Amino acid sequence: MNKTGVVLEVDNITRYYTLGYIFTRQVLGAENVSFNLHRGEILSLVGESGSGKSTVANMILRLIKPTSGKIYLDDRDAYSYSEVDYWRRVQVVFQDPYSTFNYFYTVDKPLMDAFNLIEKASWGKERFSQAERREIIMATLEKMGMNPDEILGRYPHQTSGGQMQRLLIARSLIIGPHLLVADEPTSMTDASTRVAILNELLRLRQEKGMAVLFITHDVAQAYYISDKTAVMKDGRIVETGAPKKVFFEPEHSYTKKLIASVPKLHEKWDFSQ
Amino acid sequence: MVNTSWVQKLADKNQQVLKVVDLKGYYRGAFGVVLGVDGVSVRVAEKESLGLAGESGCGKSTFAELITGTPVPGLHYEGGTVEVEGYDVWHIPPEVLRKEVKCKRMSYVPQAALNSLNPIKRLKEFVADMLRERTGQKYSPDQAREMLADHFQRLNLEKRVLDLYPHELSGGMKQRAVIAISTCANPSLLIVDEPTSSLDVSSQRDMVKMLIDIQRGGIIKSMITVSHDLAMLRQLCDRIAIMYAGRFMEAGKMDEVVSNPWHPYTRLLLASLLPLEEWIKDQNLKSIPGRHPDLRYPPPGCRFHPRCPECTDECRSDRPPITKKDGRQVSCWLYPR
Repeated sequence: MNKTGVVLEVDNITRYYTLGYIFTRQVLGAENVSFNLHRGEILSLVGESGSGKSTVANMILRLIKPTSGKIYLDDRDAYSYSEVDYWRRVQVVFQDPYSTFNYFYTVDKPLMDAFNLIEKASWGKERFSQAERREIIMATLEKMGMNPDEILGRYPHQTSGGQMQRLLIARSLIIGPHLLVADEPTSMTDASTRVAILNELLRLRQEKGMAVLFITHDVAQAYYISDKTAVMKDGRIVETGAPKKVFFEPEHSYTKKLIASVPKLHEKWDFSQ
Repeated sequence: MVNTSWVQKLADKNQQVLKVVDLKGYYRGAFGVVLGVDGVSVRVAEKESLGLAGESGCGKSTFAELITGTPVPGLHYEGGTVEVEGYDVWHIPPEVLRKEVKCKRMSYVPQAALNSLNPIKRLKEFVADMLRERTGQKYSPDQAREMLADHFQRLNLEKRVLDLYPHELSGGMKQRAVIAISTCANPSLLIVDEPTSSLDVSSQRDMVKMLIDIQRGGIIKSMITVSHDLAMLRQLCDRIAIMYAGRFMEAGKMDEVVSNPWHPYTRLLLASLLPLEEWIKDQNLKSIPGRHPDLRYPPPGCRFHPRCPECTDECRSDRPPITKKDGRQVSCWLYPR
């Protein structure tokens, strides 16, 4: 952690995907994306599908390499870290919890395995016995508002989507990263659980000072949760700023169109023309 | 026992497209008996658009599947009647159900219907297959294309779409094409399950516009939309039914239910929504405490009582009566007859 409090600095990253074997063509994933993320800040990336939100997330997670540009984590080039060290600092909650869990193991296993990552990253300086691990897991789950007796020992198919998502957040909480990348964490859950997950992220930010990169296509969620917003379109960031400004006084024509297509509860769209 | 009264087409005195009385459907398997839908009654009149909302696992899709008469394996019909334009869906021979009711009178578009297109066939070949099954006559893909071209154009879809493979279409386009194909025989009743859940914001708007066009253009008479997205249902439906744990909690005109919810569950559900409005930022939105009950062992009395802030002793022991007032109905002890 540095003095200025910048956790993540994304400097002009571009990614092209190459298709084909002999006659190749290039497809733009993301172009000239730059932003800073401070400690305890939530930045939301908003855009429709295909706008390059997940490409940016995958680059930050080091799952794909940028074609050009640099990513700095805690003032060091992201690729200068070893993998274990990097994932100790950056964790992710993916869109689809059903495909994240291994269906052959109980949900305890990913939580238990989180400690292995800590042990590896600290070169064995931090060690946890089984009992300690269990204790920490219990405490974390209780903090997340889940009943550990009810959830531990179950298989993934016996839990609901919202519970799985919260388990994944609990897992990253055990690891204690500096940056959490949340890639549409609420898309598979319904209204009531959605608010619970968002509140959980807000609370984590406050308590742990974790920086969160929140990726969503739901404008209302982005507005509710974030301190800073960036709207993406066709791989580029078209508008950025405070959420109140971006969503209620949009400047770019695309943002205006996006806001207009959000359904409102107390207002009916007019399709008569 | 098969009831043969399907022959007499009941006169459409009240112009009801769908009549469901005390419908019950349970899932049976090694896991036990899950009371998916437990005593639900609803009527859908002509030119009416009904929305069905609730949390996941509350039985919305189960209800939609029971209406179609061909539920997924494991789901069993346990009682009650479902009448689609006079056809008692559960007491007619399956062949009559297939030929006379499905597609002609009722179309069902299940969840993630966009994945039901055949990936190795062009859309027109898929449509030709479907027409052959429905009419018993053979059609070439080009004939099928000509037959559906007008229908597609009425719904603002290009004719060109029929010449493409599913992977060449975007998600929103696929979903719209599937709905266009399933309404090609002008069914009276269209049931759509989560039409917008896998689409992003701008295609959602197109989807809603198309569903409104279908109804206004007279292609279908009535529509049931199942969704957990209340803001979307608000744009689409005249009437809404809120479902919880296999039963209806509240039903009524959309505007009235949204602006003045009666049932505590509806109130909590509406409070947990995230509308894009300026005031939500500093508000601490509340989720509904507790979790949806395991429907193998539903709580006695009112099914919402373990999570209800206004729960009384009566709620714990007895099932609340259905109170009807001003065209609205609510199933709660707070509103006695």
